[in-house]
Amino acid sequence: MALKVLTANRLKDGEVVYYNHAEGWTPTFAGASIARDTETVETLQKTGAAAAARNEVVDVNLIDVMHDGDDIKPLRLREIIRASGPTTHPQFAR
Amino acid sequence: MYRYDEFDAAFVAARTKEFSGQVERRLSGELTEDQFKPLRLMNGVYLQLHAYMLRVAIPYGTLNSRQMRKLAHIARTYDRGYGHFTTRQNIQFNWPKLSDIPAILEELAEVEMHAIQTSGNCIRNVTSDQFAGAAADEVADPRPYAEILRQWSTVHPEFSYLPRKFKIAVTGAEDDRAAIQFHDIGLQLKANEAGEIGFVVYVGGGQGRTPVIAKLIADFVPEEHLLSYVTAILRVYNLHGRRDNKYKARIKILVNEMGTDVFRSEVEAEWSHLKDGELTLPDADIGAIQAYFAPPALPDRAEGVVTEIAARKRLPGFDEWRRQNVAAHRHPDYAVVTVSLKGIGDIPGDATADQMDAIADLAERYSSDELRVTHEQNLVLPHVARADLPAVFEALEEIGLATANAGLATDIIACPGLDYCALANARSIPVAQDISNRLADRQQQIGELKIKISGCINACGHHHVGHIGILGVEKKGTELYQVTLGGSADQNAAIGDIIGRGFSFEEIGGAIETIVDTYLAERLGQEETFLSYLHRAGSAPFKEALYGPSSKAA
Repeated sequence: MALKVLTANRLKDGEVVYYNHAEGWTPTFAGASIARDTETVETLQKTGAAAAARNEVVDVNLIDVMHDGDDIKPLRLREIIRASGPTTHPQFAR
Repeated sequence: MYRYDEFDAAFVAARTKEFSGQVERRLSGELTEDQFKPLRLMNGVYLQLHAYMLRVAIPYGTLNSRQMRKLAHIARTYDRGYGHFTTRQNIQFNWPKLSDIPAILEELAEVEMHAIQTSGNCIRNVTSDQFAGAAADEVADPRPYAEILRQWSTVHPEFSYLPRKFKIAVTGAEDDRAAIQFHDIGLQLKANEAGEIGFVVYVGGGQGRTPVIAKLIADFVPEEHLLSYVTAILRVYNLHGRRDNKYKARIKILVNEMGTDVFRSEVEAEWSHLKDGELTLPDADIGAIQAYFAPPALPDRAEGVVTEIAARKRLPGFDEWRRQNVAAHRHPDYAVVTVSLKGIGDIPGDATADQMDAIADLAERYSSDELRVTHEQNLVLPHVARADLPAVFEALEEIGLATANAGLATDIIACPGLDYCALANARSIPVAQDISNRLADRQQQIGELKIKISGCINACGHHHVGHIGILGVEKKGTELYQVTLGGSADQNAAIGDIIGRGFSFEEIGGAIETIVDTYLAERLGQEETFLSYLHRAGSAPFKEALYGPSSKAA
């Protein structure tokens, strides 16, 4: 199955965040927990819905990610740009 | 310039307070996102890829130095030091915190600005000719009528929940700089034989996934009937417009489905009940609004001719900038200056807080405290004495905004695209930057060429009406760019045709260069513009150059 990561935008400031099992919502893609099986995907789904219901985050999505050498990166360009910031502003790279 | 009366000020203050309360309740969890989303959209707050985005209205593109300084202050204090001027004469801030938006709106209200009706299925910010009130070719200043429409349409109870968004543009000149034929309603002021003012009315234009040129439905609606006639149009739309399918909900679809003649007769029938009723504009009311837009006192400054000649010798680049970015003013001693926000390789429409402050200073000192935002994402100093042009040029050079490219190949419209926008499928800005760098050295030689880029089918970058249009789509997970040729947003309105298969992100800049090279090699001379050449030669030479000889028959 496709690897998945849980992402959202923080309610208060809109910042892009990723979910980590141990630390909760983190601003870096590298810190995201990766779901490799359907059970973990379901857990992430529930976690995301609960966080949205608690008004911590908005626009909660499970996104597809893939291996890129030793690293993991989002599959779609949209998510690559969300993870790293606008390509037009290297000074805002995350 | 228009100044808020007591009603305007009280209304904006009340709305700011109301929305601040809604933000507070959202942050405390009293409102869910589903409940809050329509409320934030009515107040110009979007959620984009990286952050919230706030779209601030600049009614008919007019603002003064105090307002521009406030935008700079907001960019610096609540954002990341810059703002983005849009094709709807608005400004967007890309990084505000939701928790800061009440404070931003309070600051905006201090200078008579707001973000109301910059989103949602209502009548949006009314746009106009950026040269309004200054242009030499104008029948009358369109802004008083745009202001009348703004007052009438603001929280209009009947038209706040239309089938879809609704955009109105007004121009006072034959030479259409406001793209009126690509609006839901396009109004062109004209004088009849008796010298009375009225409107030519176009309906059902638009871009997006279904580009349509507006249909002419009235040759002359006398000015006093502006509101009753526009109300009749909106009523027909509100009643018959589709609400079952978002993509078929704009008035352009209704006009097409009904047919222009049937639509016109429906409007006329509705108008017959409204005409001469309470919506009739009294002369005194029109006059009162017009008084706000009374032209500034412009003393004769005949020395401009001499100053300009001297500056040509003294200032490298002045002559080129004067030729390209300066237009005729109705007062012969004055000129209209386009301040290009399209520096070579820069992001179209972006201005830093420091640039905004500097432009505000220039407006205050040299342009009767007036500024304009253009739908082509530039700024305008509308009333500059020709004698002051050298000083303005030098000041713009200092802040990197003296690029002499108005109307040329590097004066590109580009939407924010996939670098910011949650709807986008492909990047627009880097494509614009690449093309700008590629064509900068040759743009004078190329002459008038409008390149417009959208990062999705919603067409915020106006690609349908670009002489060269570029539409970014997502295909098999990568960006693909379709090229259209022959669009035009002015009085000779046209929608571009797709030339052939699309190009990758890496290829698109080169493809545009190939198109430009083909034109330069084949044109009869510099006086044959890109569009004239395309009309004469057709698209075959471009197809052959892009795809090889085999495409000739295609």
